[in-house]
Amino acid sequence: MTTLAGLLQRHGGWLEAGPEEGPVISSRVRLARNLRDTTFPGWASKKIRNRVWNDVSLAFEQMPDNGKFLRWRMDELTSLDRDLLFERHLISRELAEQPSGSGVFVNEDECRAVMVNEEDHIRLQSLQPGINLQKAWAVADELDNELEKNLSYAFSSKLGYLTACPSNVGTGLRASVMLHLPGLVLTQEIKPVINAVSKIGLAVRGLWGEGSEASGHMFQISNQITLGRTELEMIANIEQIVQEVIEHEKNARLRLMEKQEIRVHDHVGRAYGILANAALISTGEALDLLSALRMGVDLGLLPIVRREIDRLFIRIQPAHLQKKGNVSLSPEERDIRRAQLIRNFLKDK
Amino acid sequence: MKCDLCEKEAVVHLTQVVNGEMKEIHLCEEHAVSQGIDLNSPISITDILMGLNGPQKNLAGELSLVCPKCGIAREEFRKTGRLGCPDCYKTFMAELTMAIKAMHQSGQHLGKIPAREGTQTRIKSKIAHLQQELDAAIAREDFEKAVMLRDQIKLCREERAPDEKGDKS
Repeated sequence: MTTLAGLLQRHGGWLEAGPEEGPVISSRVRLARNLRDTTFPGWASKKIRNRVWNDVSLAFEQMPDNGKFLRWRMDELTSLDRDLLFERHLISRELAEQPSGSGVFVNEDECRAVMVNEEDHIRLQSLQPGINLQKAWAVADELDNELEKNLSYAFSSKLGYLTACPSNVGTGLRASVMLHLPGLVLTQEIKPVINAVSKIGLAVRGLWGEGSEASGHMFQISNQITLGRTELEMIANIEQIVQEVIEHEKNARLRLMEKQEIRVHDHVGRAYGILANAALISTGEALDLLSALRMGVDLGLLPIVRREIDRLFIRIQPAHLQKKGNVSLSPEERDIRRAQLIRNFLKDK
Repeated sequence: MKCDLCEKEAVVHLTQVVNGEMKEIHLCEEHAVSQGIDLNSPISITDILMGLNGPQKNLAGELSLVCPKCGIAREEFRKTGRLGCPDCYKTFMAELTMAIKAMHQSGQHLGKIPAREGTQTRIKSKIAHLQQELDAAIAREDFEKAVMLRDQIKLCREERAPDEKGDKS
């Protein structure tokens, strides 16, 4: 089994530079697929679940770049390791809680991951830096084609790819863009924006926490409808709406700088002051303050590389802190290490 | 306001807008609970639509439909909103069709087709795409285009017909 500690030495390729990487963190495409004539994971016996895992493993072995995919079965991992994969956006909370036969295949740069036996037999994801759903789709589509060479999917000409939940039927596509929207939160315009986006059939969720209270001011916009349109039409629709949200965010920031420049400086400066000096800091507080720092970088107030902050968003999470220290830590010990990590990061800035 | 399933006063009121049309569901406390609605937690409209489609009265003693392939009963999937296997789509088609249309505002897949699918599936898909274009052409009163599309659909159907006798792929 490949060691998970290796992941700590690097960051996901989706945290490299990307288009519109100011307000946009990353783009993601997920495809849900199921095997023909096979009970869905939620109702399947242990024997069937294991057979599905073996079938998917075989399909990977037949692929030209099989060697580049790492694989982990959930029943072979500690809960800390499962949390680590979750914090790196490689698996869902649901997969982490699944019994035997569930697992994940991850390629080297962490831009592609295939969950096996989550809600569906296969949940394939493709992540790209910045706004680039087209590329994310192209990569997912290609991986899907490779897998399909050795797997028979459950498919109907009327309903498309058949999924455990009818809300995913058809394309099985969930395309989402992760956005950093502190300008809209500070100007209190986030609620109307969320409402407007929801009204046109897209979903807006906080990455950490719900609604306008989302920690770190990180939001995900995704499609809800998966049937009746082509994948490219769905993606184009999301990209168009996301571009509009980006415009709103940029305008909000401009207005903040025009009308309340001193307050913006104060907001960013205080965040920096606390992060550079705190001896104890919770995840939630750190996310909010790093969000302010990130906006400061976007506005040219701080000479820090934006993507280094983005990577910090992941490195300060509980499982990452514990895996790095190779110890189990109490919440207070974690707050100490988190504060230390951030202080060290800011020392030379 | 009375419950949609009985004569009692409704206590749960749900509204969803589908294709600009307002859809309302009203339930009494007893039926809300029997439809699996936890009155204390937020609910998904998906679950409600799944539960309320098909036979209107979900009374005790109603014959339970069970998927012959995986053995999942209608009640189980209504409760969880999750199907048991790909065949469940056939078994529960009657109640799924409406729920799927309400969720997706469509009942026809227009996306990717697995490479393994036969020519029949591809032709069916082509017809579905042309039909969508035809509907759009009629809606904007472009009858010249509509006639052209109708002829194309006819050709596709003819192409499909000879195969249908032998090849069922």
